[in-house]
Parts: sequence; C-alpha cells; structure tokens
Amino acid sequence: MTARVGGVITSVALVAFAGIYVRALMFTPIERFQGPAQKIFYVHAPMAWAALLAFAVTGILSLLYLIMRDRKLDTIAAASAEVGVAFAVVMLTTGPLWGKPVWGTWWSWDARLTSTLFIFLLFVGYQVLRGALHDPEIRARFAAVMGVMALVLVPFIHVTVYWFRTLHPEPVLMKPERPSLPGVMLVTLLSSVAVCTLLYVGFLLMRYSLAVLRDIREEEIVDGVS
Amino acid sequence: MSSAATLQAIIAIAGKDLLVERRTKTAFLSSIVFAILVLTILYFARDKTAVGDLDLAPGALWVTFTFAGMLGLNRAFVLERENRAMDGVRLTPATPTAIFLGKVVGNLVFVGTVELVSLPVFILFYDVPIWRELPLLMLVIALATAGFVSVGTLFAAMVVRTRFSEVMLPVLMLPFLFPPVVAAVQLTRGILALRPLSEYSGWLSLLAGFVIIFFTFSLFLFEAILEE
Repeated sequence: MTARVGGVITSVALVAFAGIYVRALMFTPIERFQGPAQKIFYVHAPMAWAALLAFAVTGILSLLYLIMRDRKLDTIAAASAEVGVAFAVVMLTTGPLWGKPVWGTWWSWDARLTSTLFIFLLFVGYQVLRGALHDPEIRARFAAVMGVMALVLVPFIHVTVYWFRTLHPEPVLMKPERPSLPGVMLVTLLSSVAVCTLLYVGFLLMRYSLAVLRDIREEEIVDGVS
Repeated sequence: MSSAATLQAIIAIAGKDLLVERRTKTAFLSSIVFAILVLTILYFARDKTAVGDLDLAPGALWVTFTFAGMLGLNRAFVLERENRAMDGVRLTPATPTAIFLGKVVGNLVFVGTVELVSLPVFILFYDVPIWRELPLLMLVIALATAGFVSVGTLFAAMVVRTRFSEVMLPVLMLPFLFPPVVAAVQLTRGILALRPLSEYSGWLSLLAGFVIIFFTFSLFLFEAILEE
C-alpha cells in the first residue's frame, strides 16, 4: 500500500519536475549576469533543500528512536538518509557545473559549500555504519546514536567554516550577493522546491516499503523459513 | 551506585586498560613511531621556499596528534572484543556511565602520553619558539584532546562491533574532528605567532563549547551502545 502511494507520488513529482524544466527553459527569462548557466539553479537549490530536509528528518527520528524504541522510526530514518544522500549527490554535482561558468572555478571553499559537503559525508558514514552491522536491533540503536551525533555536529561545522572564511576572506572568487529574484524566476524556483519536496516524500515512501519487505525477509531467514 | 563506588569503578577500568598497555607497550610504541613518521613526512611534503616552518607547524601538529590518537582509540575496545571480555565488564556492578568514564580516562592517559612524547619532537623538528607560551598551548592541547577522546570513545565502542573497525572509525569520526581540529590549528597558529589572546579567543570558546557538548552527548548516548 505504502509502495503504491509512494509510486504515485513519485510519478506525479517526476512529471511535475519535467514541467518545471519546460517552464524554466522556455518561459523564465535568462538571468542577465549568469546567462543560461543559471537554469541549473532550479534543480540545484531545491535538491539542496530536499537533501537537508531529509537529513534533518533522519536526525530527529534518530532521537525519537532512542526515546521510544519503535522499529518503524529507525526504518523511516534510514530511508530518509538514503534519499538524502541521493539528493545531496545531485546537489554536489550540479553545484560545480554552475560554479565553473559563473564563479570561474569548479569548487570553492565557500562556507555553505563546505558545510554541505561535511553533512553529505556524515550521512554517507551513517549508511556505511548501517551496512556494517547485521543484527537489526544493534543496527537501529547504533545508527540512531550516529544520527543524533550528526544533528548536534551540524551547527559546529557551520560556525567553524563561517569563522574560517571571515578570518581569511577569499580574495577573488567570493560568491556575489544574489540579487533578489524577479517574480517569474521566484515562481519557478518555489514550484521546483515544492516538487522536490514531493519527490522526497515519494522516494521516502518507496524506500520505506522496500525496507519493511527486506526486514520481513531477514526475519524469515533468521527463523529458517526461507 | 554511590559516587565513591563509581569513582572506584572508573579507576579500575582505566587502570586495567593501562596495565594491559604497560605490559605490552605495542600500541603505545607504534603510536609514537607513527607520530614521528607523520611529523617527518609532513615536513617534507611542501615547497620549503614557499611555505615556512611556522606556517606548516600548526597543521602538522594537529594532523599528527589526531591521527596518532585515533590509532589508540580503537585499541580500547578491540581489547574487550577478544574472548568477549566486554561481557565480563558489563557483569560487574559498574554503571554504563562508569564504564564510559573509565574508558575515557584510560584513553586520555594513553593519547596524552603519546602527545607529551611527540610534542618535544615537534618542537625540535619544526624549530618553533614555544617556551614562553607553553601553558596556553598545553591548555589548547588538553581541550582538543578531551573533545576528540570523548567522541572517539563513543564511536570506538560502536565500530568494534563491525567488521573493518580500523577503517570505520576514521570514516565516522573525522567529520566530528573537523571543528575541534580547525579551532586547535587556529589557536596554535596564534600562539606560535605570539599574537594576543583576544585575537583568537572565539576559537577557544568554540573548542570549549565543543568539548562540553560532545562530552555530555557521548556520555548519555554510550548507554544506548552498551545495552544488550
């Protein structure tokens, strides 16, 4: 049931996402300073939002798991982390593609960039830890500990990179202050954010139902009913 | 458990770990040799005409300390894995808090000793004018070490249950070392350059905040790691 709902939501979101790009390419004006490269912004920023949303959900559910010890919370947290990592990969690949023509460099140690890279690596670590533990009960507990620790770490990383940059300002390639978006672009961006959030929900439901099936299968193997 | 009994348990656990270490000395000697090797390699891993000793020194010191420290952290729980010794520790009346604190104290002594031995080597190799500011540098080293040992003890207790725990520990831990190491490097840079403390006191508060928050979280979360 969850899988079917997830599938429907995902399909709707994917169609809408294609629609967003038709709108972005055909009906949204080209940005004066950044040129056509700016079009990637409509996938980059919403993906970043969805990835951070996914990681925040994992962190909060991890904390709740440690308090309530409900297996369902762990399964959703894991599914959310996985979807978040996928979205973060899109964010981290579209970023440099935009950065090269606009900043003149593929990568810059800008504060936001560095924090998101670390958050991405943290949750890759979360997945690696899950993969290395076989007992589902231990896996849930350890992953929840990792999730809570990650949630606490994020503000520290942010302060660190921010101070580092303010103490040593980057000389040439600072990100320019983004001008406030004209209405047409803002509508495209906001609808893309909405679609990406929907896509997140769809993926999450599908991953969740897959994880439930996998858990049932694992238990069957443990009980010797395979 | 009364606080006197808790203290006794902490001392007993730290004492037993350090006794095992004192009898074999394997981990200790390898960490020292490792630290000296890293300091040497980092000294040569640059263009000496472009990067001066003083520019390189703070980063080199902290990369060495954290990597050498990480070698030691794994040891504390790998010891308990053999013959399921951890079950024995859990059967004692010691609370999870006491076990965690015992392990942290043991690790602090271990990592602290490695640092105390490699610090003179660092001063010698990098020829840094450090003597006048030594107490301040010691404070920074103590804070950063306390921070990464608390987090490291928690993670070491987790990864010991996985295969490839030697690889897993750095992967999980390095993001958590980022704030304390960057702060420690900035502080060390200021101290070595004999800058007034007010210029970098922000980093000192960040480091202290990290230690307090992560020590507290590690202490409370350790209970969830230990239960069976």
